[in-house]
Amino acid sequence: MKRNNEIIIEVNDVKKSFKKPGSQELLVLDHVNFSVRSGEIVAILGKSGSGKSTLLRILAGLIKPTAGEVLYHGQSVQQPRPGLTMVFQHFALMPWLTVLQNVELGLEAQGISREERRARALAAIDIVGLDGFESAYPKELSGGMSQRAGLARALVVDPEVLLMDEPFSALDVLTAENLRGDLIGIWQSGKTHIKSVILVTHNIEEAAALADRILVFSINPGYVRSEVKVDLTHPRNDQSPEFRQLVDGIYRWMTKPTLAEIPEAIRFKTIDMGYRLPRVPIPEMMGFLETLIDHTERQVDLPRLAEELHFEINELFPLTETLEILRFAHVSEGDIELTPAGRQLASADILERKKIFAEHVTKYVPLARHIRQQLDANAEHEILEEFFLKELENYLSEEAAEDVLTTVIDWGRYAEIFAYDYNSGMLSLENPE
Amino acid sequence: MFSSNKNTYAKNEVTTWPIPNYWDAVAIVLVLAIIVLLGLGAKAMVGQFRLGETIPISLDPMMLPYYALRTVLRMLIALICALVFTFIFGTWAAKRRQAERLIIPMIDVLQSVPVLGFLSITVTGFIALFPGSLLGPECAAIFAIFTAQVWNMTLSLYQSVRSVPEDLKEVSAVFHLSAWQQFWRVDVPFAMPGLLWNSMMSMSSSWIFLVAAEAISVANQHITLPGIGSYIALAIARADKAAIGYVIITMFLVILLYDQLLFRPLIAWAQKFKMDAGVDDAEPESWLLNLFQRTRFFRHGGFYLEILWEGMINMRPLRWRLANLNRGEYPELWKRYLSVMGYIALISVLFIAVFVLYRYIFTLVSLYEGVHVLYLGMVTAVRVLVLIAISSLIWVPVGVWLGLHSRASRIAQPIVQFLAAFPANLLFPIVVIVIVRYHLNVNIWTSPLMILGTQWYILFNVIAGASALPRSLHHVVATLNVRGWLWWKRWVLPGLFPYYITGAITAAGGAWNISIIAEAVRWGPAQLQATGLGAYIADVAAQGDFRRLALGIAVMSLYVLALNRLLWRPLYRLASERFQIR
Repeated sequence: MKRNNEIIIEVNDVKKSFKKPGSQELLVLDHVNFSVRSGEIVAILGKSGSGKSTLLRILAGLIKPTAGEVLYHGQSVQQPRPGLTMVFQHFALMPWLTVLQNVELGLEAQGISREERRARALAAIDIVGLDGFESAYPKELSGGMSQRAGLARALVVDPEVLLMDEPFSALDVLTAENLRGDLIGIWQSGKTHIKSVILVTHNIEEAAALADRILVFSINPGYVRSEVKVDLTHPRNDQSPEFRQLVDGIYRWMTKPTLAEIPEAIRFKTIDMGYRLPRVPIPEMMGFLETLIDHTERQVDLPRLAEELHFEINELFPLTETLEILRFAHVSEGDIELTPAGRQLASADILERKKIFAEHVTKYVPLARHIRQQLDANAEHEILEEFFLKELENYLSEEAAEDVLTTVIDWGRYAEIFAYDYNSGMLSLENPE
Repeated sequence: MFSSNKNTYAKNEVTTWPIPNYWDAVAIVLVLAIIVLLGLGAKAMVGQFRLGETIPISLDPMMLPYYALRTVLRMLIALICALVFTFIFGTWAAKRRQAERLIIPMIDVLQSVPVLGFLSITVTGFIALFPGSLLGPECAAIFAIFTAQVWNMTLSLYQSVRSVPEDLKEVSAVFHLSAWQQFWRVDVPFAMPGLLWNSMMSMSSSWIFLVAAEAISVANQHITLPGIGSYIALAIARADKAAIGYVIITMFLVILLYDQLLFRPLIAWAQKFKMDAGVDDAEPESWLLNLFQRTRFFRHGGFYLEILWEGMINMRPLRWRLANLNRGEYPELWKRYLSVMGYIALISVLFIAVFVLYRYIFTLVSLYEGVHVLYLGMVTAVRVLVLIAISSLIWVPVGVWLGLHSRASRIAQPIVQFLAAFPANLLFPIVVIVIVRYHLNVNIWTSPLMILGTQWYILFNVIAGASALPRSLHHVVATLNVRGWLWWKRWVLPGLFPYYITGAITAAGGAWNISIIAEAVRWGPAQLQATGLGAYIADVAAQGDFRRLALGIAVMSLYVLALNRLLWRPLYRLASERFQIR
């Protein structure tokens, strides 16, 4: 792909926050700065919930940033611009239009004549390899074919920049592989006039396989932590040593703590009440600990572990984060190591486990501690969940608050530090001490 | 740009008109027949009429097809008006918050006003609007039927447009669809299945108002528009059993035709708008749709219609995105000022309306009578609730049995839908005869009439609910040997609850409306009147006592609104939060 290094998109100090009436601002993106040049594929890589989809929508002009701006060819992007199109995670095809009609949609909106529309649409469908399915309805198509249709729809308007919002994450592994290869094929063939592609993903291997530059995104608030340049030529072999090295490197970056310098004393992450806890079910946690303890070496290599468990590496993140928060394990530089407490927990029986878990949850998860304290203090030892939800909404959005409370209630019930009645929404102490 | 010379398997555009095939012939006959009939009917609608003139209605069964035509025409026009209203107000409420705050509560209130109440008030107005022409009473009749159909449809469209998936909205934005284009390409198709279903339901529940709508007796005026409703009214007045028999047959045929020629094809066609590919339920089929899809000539014609349609959607002046206008660049303060003003205006209008109404009614009507009317309302309310309870006891077990046996339910569903459409007032005479012959208590035995037409809503919702119970849970319950009352209490009844409530709400709403014609019934010389608000309203309407009429209608609306807020809405919320099987 010819690179003439022309800057097409510039993101200048973009900040996005959601303000809820009567509570704090929720900062989703802060000080996001980067630029995209002609002839390159840029991947924005981050964990789920890091605001990268919001960033993509700001780039597309669907959302306005709270501060900062996005420049497209030097002009500020306030609304969707011709030249920028998007491919969606869940395809977003209109179920009542055939593939051909769906692909023609953008052209139709511009008022292009029937004949020209049809010709261009058929050509786009041809490029993505969906030939023969022009008159099919989306419900007749598989996931991969639907996404091809979405891609054709985006390509047919002859865009300069293609924005892709986790385009392959709703597909199974093989289909995603296939489609990625086809995307690179289209990119390299020069059949389109696309100058750059911005791809949002949470999949490290996908980013490594497709991108020329990977922007590693951090969470809470979202900003670009680091940039990784990829010099491998396409097609990239994911078994090759260079590729594995690249993936390991990215992985190390993503698991590095956010603080540039870590005082020796504070090796673990301490969280506050409003921390967005990952949703990890207890059985998964326990199973993971048991797997870890089966390994003879103290420090277990995470990418290898992921392969062993048939996980994608980023699927391990919630688990490792949870274990770190609860101080059952410690992650650094791509390795995970069980703490003594973790070892104890992993080798204990069910009842012992609950005790150890209860101890750690109360000690290291402020929200759980808070709930228990409030219940202890209350006369009937009964409090409605709404009370805690309102408190959490000071730190998080409504949805996130519910999520976090559900997770903590889950853990609390396992640890038997409090009880919960779904019907009445009441938290209580079953066996008050 | 892109180069491609390939031939594709898409529909090929034939440049010459194709030779019509066999299906075309059938389709042509059908279409021409319908056009001719509609034309005939329309011409008759604008005939001459002077107030005070009686229009002769004949009980000759030969006149029935003509009457049926006139009635069908009225229903169609009412439906079209309802659709226009729905598209305007439903969309407006869905797209603009200020409009929503006004429109939705208004529709709420209007929904609780009895349909026949609307009729009595507007008849004189319409006659004055079109003096000397039959169009006056026609409009009144059409308006009455319109009000029976429209609120449901508007709410359905409003709900659907509001719940268009975020994804599809983003696609419209990214591909620069203007608001007009987005409306026709995204909002309307998404709302189509719900809208069609609701239209069908509305239509079927409005047949029963035919008699009152066409045989208008308001303020001692008796205007009988040619139509099935008038025929029925006359047959009842003359106690002509044979005529009633003929009319029942005609109604069967008319409803059947409506169903087969209009709604089934539309619903089968609307399958393509469904978001989720529900593989489970059998896709509704329509022979008429299949017929038209197999024609050659008509399809080609349809192709040109499509071009016209697209031209309308993509018209140049409507293509510009009014994006910046929509962003509401008004400063916060101005917006808040506007909304506060809006609220003040609303509340003051409300107060003025209540005040005016109060003065109007109670200058001539004593407060004592007002209380009496409230008491009558209570009587009717009790009747409605008791009847819902009784018919639930009867139909829920039947519905569950039918729902669990899929073959039986497939046969039963269309029958029950048909029964729900069939105007129950055709069966009233039978009940009247029985009551008179056996000297039964009028108050108790006219009550079932109210529920006669609307109990079917409970039945077919229960059937739908029972057949939607997941198989897997059935197996679980069977393996645990749960039987008898426990089976009902822990499994079937909770599982049915959301569906049952929907049916009960519809049935209750219908019962209130019908109370006006059910609490005062007649057969020939025999006239029965039960104690109740419906009878009161029917009485004062016939006498033309507008003050008492206003009082009666206001009280009924209040009762319906109150029951809705206090009983049905909370139950519905309970059903959707706790009893939904996801």
